[in-house]
Parts: sequence; C-alpha cells; structure tokens
Amino acid sequence: MSASTIPLAHGAAHEDWVLPYHGTVAMLALIVAETAIFLIFVVAYIYYIGKSISGPQPRDVLELPIFNTVCLLSSSFTIWLAEHSLKKGARGTFNLWWALTVVLGAIFLAGTGLEWKKLIYHDGLTISTNLFGTTFYSLVGLHASHVIIGLTMLSIVLIFSLTGKIKPEHSRQLGVLSLYWHFVDAVWVVVFTVVYIIGR
Amino acid sequence: MADSTLPIGSAIDLTPPGEVYGTWLDVVQDWVTTVDHKKLGIMYMVYALIFLLVAGVEALLIRIQLAVPHNDFLSPEVFNRLFTMHGTTMVFLMGMPLIIGFANYLVPLMVGARDMSFPRLNAFSFWMTALGGLMLYYSFIGGVGLQGAGSAPDVTWWAYAPLTERAFSRGHSTDYWALSLIVSGFGTIGAAVNIIATTLCMRCKGMTLFRMPLLVWLYLVVSGMILVTISPLTAAQIMLVIDRYLGGHFFDSQAGGAPIVWMHFFWVFGHPEVYVLVLPAFAIANEVIPVFSRKAIFGYPAMVAASAGIGLISLSVWAHHMFTVGMTSAQNAFFVLSTSLVGVPTGIKIFNWIATMWGGKIRFATPMLFCVAFLGQFLFAGLTGIMLSVAPWDWQLHNSYFVVAHFHYVLVGAIVFCFLAGFYFWYPKITGKMYNERLGKWSFWLFFIGFHMTFDFMHIPGLLGMPRSIYTYEPGRGWDGWNMIVSIGAMIQGIGTLVFAYNLVYSYFKGPDAGPDPWDAWTLEWTTTSPPPEYNFATAPVVSSRRPLWDLKHPEDPDSRYE
Repeated sequence: MSASTIPLAHGAAHEDWVLPYHGTVAMLALIVAETAIFLIFVVAYIYYIGKSISGPQPRDVLELPIFNTVCLLSSSFTIWLAEHSLKKGARGTFNLWWALTVVLGAIFLAGTGLEWKKLIYHDGLTISTNLFGTTFYSLVGLHASHVIIGLTMLSIVLIFSLTGKIKPEHSRQLGVLSLYWHFVDAVWVVVFTVVYIIGR
Repeated sequence: MADSTLPIGSAIDLTPPGEVYGTWLDVVQDWVTTVDHKKLGIMYMVYALIFLLVAGVEALLIRIQLAVPHNDFLSPEVFNRLFTMHGTTMVFLMGMPLIIGFANYLVPLMVGARDMSFPRLNAFSFWMTALGGLMLYYSFIGGVGLQGAGSAPDVTWWAYAPLTERAFSRGHSTDYWALSLIVSGFGTIGAAVNIIATTLCMRCKGMTLFRMPLLVWLYLVVSGMILVTISPLTAAQIMLVIDRYLGGHFFDSQAGGAPIVWMHFFWVFGHPEVYVLVLPAFAIANEVIPVFSRKAIFGYPAMVAASAGIGLISLSVWAHHMFTVGMTSAQNAFFVLSTSLVGVPTGIKIFNWIATMWGGKIRFATPMLFCVAFLGQFLFAGLTGIMLSVAPWDWQLHNSYFVVAHFHYVLVGAIVFCFLAGFYFWYPKITGKMYNERLGKWSFWLFFIGFHMTFDFMHIPGLLGMPRSIYTYEPGRGWDGWNMIVSIGAMIQGIGTLVFAYNLVYSYFKGPDAGPDPWDAWTLEWTTTSPPPEYNFATAPVVSSRRPLWDLKHPEDPDSRYE
C-alpha cells in the first residue's frame, strides 16, 4: 500500500532529473519585482526633472559622488572574489574579501549620509522643499534602504564566517546573497546616471 | 462516492490520516503556526470567502440605494465609502487571496511536490495579506482624524490624485487604504515568488514543463505578471504615503506635481491586474472542462502560448482607462490597437475550450455548469471590451454604467463563475466530503439568473447616459426601471451566494465521503487521499505524460505512448 508501487513511469529514465536551485530562482523573481519598483521611481524622477517651481535646483546643489560610486561598484568585484575563494576552500581569503565588501558598502552608505547632511543643513533641501527634493530623496533613499538591507545580510554572513560557520558547501546560498548585492550595485548605475548626469 | 474499484486503489496509500482531537486552543495553534501549503491555501480561500460576503453586502447596500430615483437609504458620504470599500475589497481582499489560495493548495499537489519551495515565506505572505485586510477594515473605527472627516476611505478604488492628498482627504482613512495595499502587496509578491520557485524547482520526476497541468502553467504566467504589476502599485502607494506623511509633492499639483502621473502608475498596475485575476479563472476552466467532457484539453501548446501572450500584451494596454484625459492621437491609437490585440489570444482560448467539449461525453455537474456559463459570458464581456477599446466609443461611454457592466461581466461572469466551479470541483479533495449536488444546482441557477438580470440590464442605463459613482438620480431619465431590475438581480445573486456558502458548510458535516478521485480525473492531486495527508505523497510520484492518472487507469493505452 505505498505509492512506490505506482507504475507511473513507462520505462523513461530520470536519473538526470535536475531542477534549478530554488534560492536563485526566488532571488531572480524578487529582482524582477524590485526592478519594477525602481522603474516607477526612476520614471517619476525623469518626468519631474526641471518641473520644480522653487529652488534649490539639482545643478546648484548636487556634486558627482565619484568616490562613493567607485566604492560601491568595486564591492561587486570583491564579493565575486570572496565567492571564488570560498569555492576553492580558501576560507581566510574569503573572510578578507567579504569583510572588504562590507567596508566598501559601509563607505558608500556613509558617503550618502554626508551628502544628505550637506543638502539638508547647508543647502536647505528636504523631501518637502520642492519636487526635486521629493523625487531625489525618494529615489536615492529607496536605493540606500536596499544597501542597508544588503549590508545587514552581508554582516550576518561575516559574523558567521569569522566564527568558522561558513564552509564551501554554503557557496550556493551565498551566491543568492551576492546576486542581490550585484542587483543593488546595478541599480546604482541607473540611479547615478539619472540623478547625477541626466538630471543635473 | 468512494470508489474502491478504481485502479489506483491498490497503488496508493489510502489509510486515512489518524484523527487527532485536542482542545480548541490546540486547533487554533495548529492553524496559526502552520506552514503547510494546504492549510494556508484553505485559510486564503476562507479569508477570501469572508470578504466576498462582506463586499457583497456592500454591493447590495449600493444597489438598494440605486433601486429607485431620489432614494435616501444611504447618505452621499456613506455611498462613497461603500463603493470605495466594495471595489478595494473585491480586488485586494477577495480576488487576490482567492487566486493565491487556489495556487497554494493546488500547485504543489499538481507538480507532485510535498510543499511549496518556501513554506515559511508562504505563511508570512498569508499573514501579511490578512494584516492588510484588517488594516483596511480598521479604518471604519480608526479612520476618523478630524471632526467630520469621516471614517472608511471614500476616494474610489483607483484613488485619483489630488483627491488623495492631505489637503482634500483629511483624517486617516486614505492612509489606512494606502498602507493596507502596501502590506497586502508584500504578501502577494512573496506568494508570487514562492509559486514561481515551486513550479520551476519542485516538479516531480518526469514532470517536464510541457507535461505540467495547464493550471500550473497559467499560475506561472500569473506569478510573473504579479511581480511586474503589484510592484508599480506598491511604488505608487509609497509615493502617496510620502506625500501624505512627509510633505512630498509627487501628486501635489500646487507644487508642480502631476495627478496624471498617478493615473499612469495606477493603471500600469490596474489593467494587468484584471488579467492577473482572470488567468487563474481560465486555469480552473482548463482543468474542469476536459474532465467533464471526458477528453484531453484541445491545443495544449496553443493554450500555453495564448496565456503567455495575454500576459505580455496586457502590460501595454493600461492607458485605455485614460482615453478621456487628453492623450495625443498617436498614444490613443497605440492603446486602441494593443487593447484590441488582447482579443486574439483570448479568442484562441475560447475556441480551444469549445473544441475540447466538441464530441465529448459531457457531464453537467455543477462545476461544468459554471464553466459553460463562463464561456458564453466571457465571450460577451470580451465583445463589450472590444467596443470600449475603440477610443471614440469610449469617449461616449467613459465612466458610465456601460463600463461598470462590462468589467463586472469579466469579474463576476468569468472570474467568480470559474472560481465557484473550482470550489465545487476541488471541494471533495479539500474536505474529503462530496458537496450536495442538488444545492449546487440551485446555487448555479440562482447565481446565473441573478447575474444576467443584474449585468445584462446594467448596460442599458449606461448607454442611456447614467454615470457611475453617483449616489442617486432624477426620475424620468429612462433609468428607473432598469435600475430596479438590476437591484433585484443583485438580491438573487446574493441568495445564490448564500446557498453556495451553506452548501460548503452543510456538506462538510453531512456530505458523503468523496474518496480520492470522485470525478475520474487525471492530474496528480487525485492520486492521493481526500483530504491529502500533510506530506501529500508517501513516495514522490514519477510521471511520463500530461495525464499521469490516465496512464495509471489505462495501462493498455497510456498517454505517454503518443508523446
């Protein structure tokens, strides 16, 4: 009386029945949903460029965050190096690259914080000042909130790793996390282009 | 209806799971903490049915008010709240939980898996959705912020800016509306991620993509659509909350913001949402019609392609809700053409269903009755849809009762009919009991007659110029009699719904045992006991065709021979 006797297979061999890893599939699906959210904010930003009826305008107050951008984008490279070392079993190197990723992400976040501090206290631009303020803080803030979520998860992994809990067999799960981190970096490229180049 | 002569009788573990009796607290704890996809699916469905009754009562109150001219049954303010809550509830608290509930229950069973890919995410999604519903209805109590500001939201379900800005919607009712949609949206996105991961990663051996039941295929398409349609709504709601709480200017026309941006963002969500709701209805028809016609579905690959086609086209039709806002001729032409284009894949589907029934040995049990009615009604709804997709026609009838009649024809005539079919079809599987066929027939005919009285005749006052969202009207415009017929039809539908609900409860206690496979069906969920054990399948099934249970019952002529 067990299902093992069901003659559902008719001679077909299924030894090579391999399905994709559900973590990766779910993260890709989540990235699609997140992309749609960012797309709406980016469209709103582009639509409202130059429509503020009072100052300050982007050209007056925004500076190119080149250093920040370099830090965030290179963190994509370091997380890839970290994954690579874990696959080879080099856990010391993994810790190094992973910690560097966290540091680079934190520098980016701190840079955004300093930029906002200058904008708020020096230039008097808040989210309610004008349309530029509303769209700028929303879009950059939405991205920054994703950086915060990413940094939290990266830091948790770092703590596990420093206490010796991360082993090469975890590289599949860490791959899911790094996929998210690459997404956050890729979004920044779009945000940077829209806010600091097209919109300025 | 337990049939011990079924060939699967000896093949599967039919030992009923041992009944565990505990105190009612044990039962509550069991349901609250469960991560089982079947229990979560049932909770989604019950949640949806409760809100179906709530929003149905709201609709009946609206219809009582509109039955005769110059009626003062409801005040204008209450009327505005009721149609806002009716629309919001039916879409977000009835429709979405209903489609996700069916997916939760059926997708893992149909692909031969023991649960969803992420059971805890699944529970999280359900409770987020539940929280969203509670928040929306809490606004009746907590929405009053200022003297005279009113309780529940009264901004209509599409909530056009700048009416929703703080200056025009005082109090907290609009905040509850926005926050509840954000919260339940997170639940919906989580569920969609889960369905995609389950479909792609949890299929049993041999279940290639093109051997999946069509229901699973359609849910895969729907989940993909949810990812790109619910997210824009979430983004727009976040903008609205920023406007209302942080003094932002996204939709604030006095500071340069543009209300039309909200319209675009809302309908980028709002129109594909209709297809998010109707594709699961198609999915149910895809499972019910073949079983009751005793034939395999006609044109399986065409059905898959048409579903994917509807999914893609539906993303580019949203501005047909906005023909009257003054878009350029080129924009109007684009949205006219793209909207008309949807008629092609939906037409393919209707022909395939008819071809499935053609020459079949049709059994008119209650689920099949609902599906057959759906075919005709959906065709009619599609035809009025094509009429409204033509911009000049829409200019005449925009925001009239013709539009209300058209979209209720889709939402009730197609979606509710198919889901009622689905409830009757899978009721024996979910509860282990057979529903009462006599009551089922009664609920069908009552609902069918009520539906046609309401929504057939609702087109006419629309053509005569009656606008939607008005709380009363003058006598002598030629609308009076029609509105009375519409209201009487609504009451009959209400009675039909109550008979349906009573049937569910009555049959649970008094119905005969259904057995594992009361319909002589072909998909994997019928190979396990009714209700299925927590682990679904004692041993992971292996399939070699689209109809594994047919292969099992007819070893002399298996489907796999023809693949």
